[in-house]
Amino acid sequence: MTKETIKKKNFGRWSKQVGWKYLVAAIMIVYAIFPILYILSTSLTDMGGIENKTLFGQFYLGNYRDLLASKSYPYRTWLWNTFFIASLTAIISVFISACAAFAFSRLRFKGRRPGLLALILVQMFPSVLGLVAVYGILSALTDYIPAIGLGTKWGLILVYLGGSLGAGTYLMYGFFNTVPKELDEAAKIDGATHTQIYFQIILRLVSPILAVMGLLSFIGTSSDYVLASIVFNKSSQYTIAVGLGTLISDPFSKNWALFSAGAIIAATPIVILFISLQRYIVSGLTGGAVKG
Amino acid sequence: MFTKNRKAGLYTGGQPSLRGTLIKIAILGLIDAGLVFVIMLLVAKHAWTMVVVLSIIGLAVNFIYLRQGGLPAKYLAPGVILLLIFQIYVVLFSGYISTTNYGSLHNGSYEEALDAIKQSAYAPIEGSIDYELKVAEAKDKSLLFIATDFESGKTFVGGSNYSKYPFREVTAADGLVKDSYGAVTGLKGATILTDDQITDRSVEVTSTKVPMGPNIEVDGFLSTTDAFTAQHYSYQYIFNEKDQTIKRISDGVIFVADGSRGFFSNPEDGEILSEVGWKVNIGLRNFTRIFNDEQLRGPLIGIVIWTFLFAFLTVISTFILGLGLALLLNDSRIKGLKILRAFLILPYAFPAFLSAYVWKGMFATENGFINRSILGLDNSQGIHWLTETGPARAAVLLVNLWLGFPYMFLISTGALQAIPSDLSEAAGIDGAGPWKIFRLIKLPLLLVSLAPLLIASFAYNFNNFTIIYLVTGGGPILDPTLKITAGGTDILITFVYRIAFGGAGGADYGLASAFSILIFAIIGSISFFSFRRTKALEEVTA
Repeated sequence: MTKETIKKKNFGRWSKQVGWKYLVAAIMIVYAIFPILYILSTSLTDMGGIENKTLFGQFYLGNYRDLLASKSYPYRTWLWNTFFIASLTAIISVFISACAAFAFSRLRFKGRRPGLLALILVQMFPSVLGLVAVYGILSALTDYIPAIGLGTKWGLILVYLGGSLGAGTYLMYGFFNTVPKELDEAAKIDGATHTQIYFQIILRLVSPILAVMGLLSFIGTSSDYVLASIVFNKSSQYTIAVGLGTLISDPFSKNWALFSAGAIIAATPIVILFISLQRYIVSGLTGGAVKG
Repeated sequence: MFTKNRKAGLYTGGQPSLRGTLIKIAILGLIDAGLVFVIMLLVAKHAWTMVVVLSIIGLAVNFIYLRQGGLPAKYLAPGVILLLIFQIYVVLFSGYISTTNYGSLHNGSYEEALDAIKQSAYAPIEGSIDYELKVAEAKDKSLLFIATDFESGKTFVGGSNYSKYPFREVTAADGLVKDSYGAVTGLKGATILTDDQITDRSVEVTSTKVPMGPNIEVDGFLSTTDAFTAQHYSYQYIFNEKDQTIKRISDGVIFVADGSRGFFSNPEDGEILSEVGWKVNIGLRNFTRIFNDEQLRGPLIGIVIWTFLFAFLTVISTFILGLGLALLLNDSRIKGLKILRAFLILPYAFPAFLSAYVWKGMFATENGFINRSILGLDNSQGIHWLTETGPARAAVLLVNLWLGFPYMFLISTGALQAIPSDLSEAAGIDGAGPWKIFRLIKLPLLLVSLAPLLIASFAYNFNNFTIIYLVTGGGPILDPTLKITAGGTDILITFVYRIAFGGAGGADYGLASAFSILIFAIIGSISFFSFRRTKALEEVTA
């Protein structure tokens, strides 16, 4: 047998055992990315409507320029609103959930188990179904404490906080349980107070998880459409989700390319963060159910 | 000392430091200052309920953080307060609303409804003439209407206070001056307003009613909408203050306030006077309506089946695709796995609401990317992805498959790697083929760890409002003649949203809340029982 035939034979075996996997993966990758390629290429056309037929037939940056300069669609304000609301919600909700999770994980008190059960149950009430009540609370606040009423960022942040605590606390409770209790016992014997144990030992140990939970909360909040759309009614108050919706709400509008540009700008940082932190995110999502 | 601490619990360790105490006092002080400020504002606005709520919160917070011990409360308080206001209260409020008829037709108190009915109790008399109007002002600044009937040439004057400025005909003898076209230019005792003055007092002008006789309910009144012409209005209903009834003038029927329905209705045949009603407690009638109302039951059965189907098919399709990929790529011989994986999870990383919009655009019948570029169909033969029930259902399932398979891929990969490899090796030595190993060893183990996540995914998709709402809006509408319209891709939650926030029959918050409670019960019990089962499963196999 010559070297050539050995190589050929090896290649044949390789393609039978491994090579076809690349082929299937390639097909799946095409399925996974073609909508994103479509929106990216649409954002680079000067057609305006949805009639973009070929991928990357054009390279036109005008949509990005127009969108960032637009007066009728204050995109930069939307970006800022979204960033402000989502990051504050993420930071505050992670902190509050961590406090509650610490209590559930480390302290023993009456009503601990029913409390946990109630948390799981209450967060199953879908936020869309509570819209009437949420609207009622906010419009009452508008009359008396306008700073946190309808049309304000803080009002929406409070609503998000109320909604995110249940799930957040429960997930974090799982992670806190994985931190060995012997650590805090040792610290306690050394004379540490509960605040020292909490802030300087536990929170530091779970800080990667806190970051991931914060990121997940950020993504979730910035993607919300329904609550934001009932709280805000002025273009300058919109978040990205609501604002981009108004851009294409008219079916005959020629804003499709503008929308595409807006979508690409808004999605890029989130996609990059997500992909680079995917390992942690998966563990955050599964709540320790799967040890990957 | 040590034993005392042990008794008090694990977390009463060392003495609090001075710095910590100072920080605590400073933060509490700031919160108290803010609360006191807001409470003072609220007192000034007489918002007593809020004053009470905030005072209780304030006192509780101070009590919790100032006393010694009670450690759990110190960590739970911030979360519990927010949860109480924005989750528990919301659930309870929805429960309360579900026992009322609250909605766009019943959105206020009895008094508000009565005011609204009184406002609409009159209408211009059909076929009556338009008077040429001059708005003037009497010496006491009250408004006078000088109205000229051009056909007869007669001119009348009157004010809203009939006893002071009765409606009467005026002639030149009363000091009436007209120009050559017959338009009034002056009247003794009255100053005709300029256009600017009318603009300044426009609300007053358009709300003025000038009685055309001593009894306004019988004789009607003059009113204007544009300040240049005036019409003769008459009352259609008369409200009787004493026994709170309303009489319809045209046929003399008496309507009484029906406290069980929140309408003014004719006690004999149940006819309602006006669509405008008020909020009343109707007990469990919203719930019985869900099961008994013919108009509701028909579409509802279809929607419930589709909701379960949608959630189930989504979980199954994403799980099969994701698990397949995970099995495929769980192979150390494959190079560049990290890059492949990054591409494969792109749909998951891309914000879902944007994906929904993008797919909606791609599914457009005319010029849509899918019809034209992928299927090669021109506009006339294009599939109606979003406007026909069958294709629309396929479309939302396809979108959800695209959105969901990367998640299943990720968690399946994690679970696969957690399965000890010696299990499948041992099975291989015993002569089991790859399919047998997968079916008898890997899959059961996978299901134990993934079942809770699959259930959670089912529960999530059961209420996956965003995708349905943003891609199809629940449409296409099946029967537009129904009072409550249902769409072909409507799942329960989008259907409820349409009941609550519009649709042909107007908003019906009461009915929507009743649905919400039912959905909550369904999804809560499904999750509860299946989690319990999976826990049992885990304990058996462990």
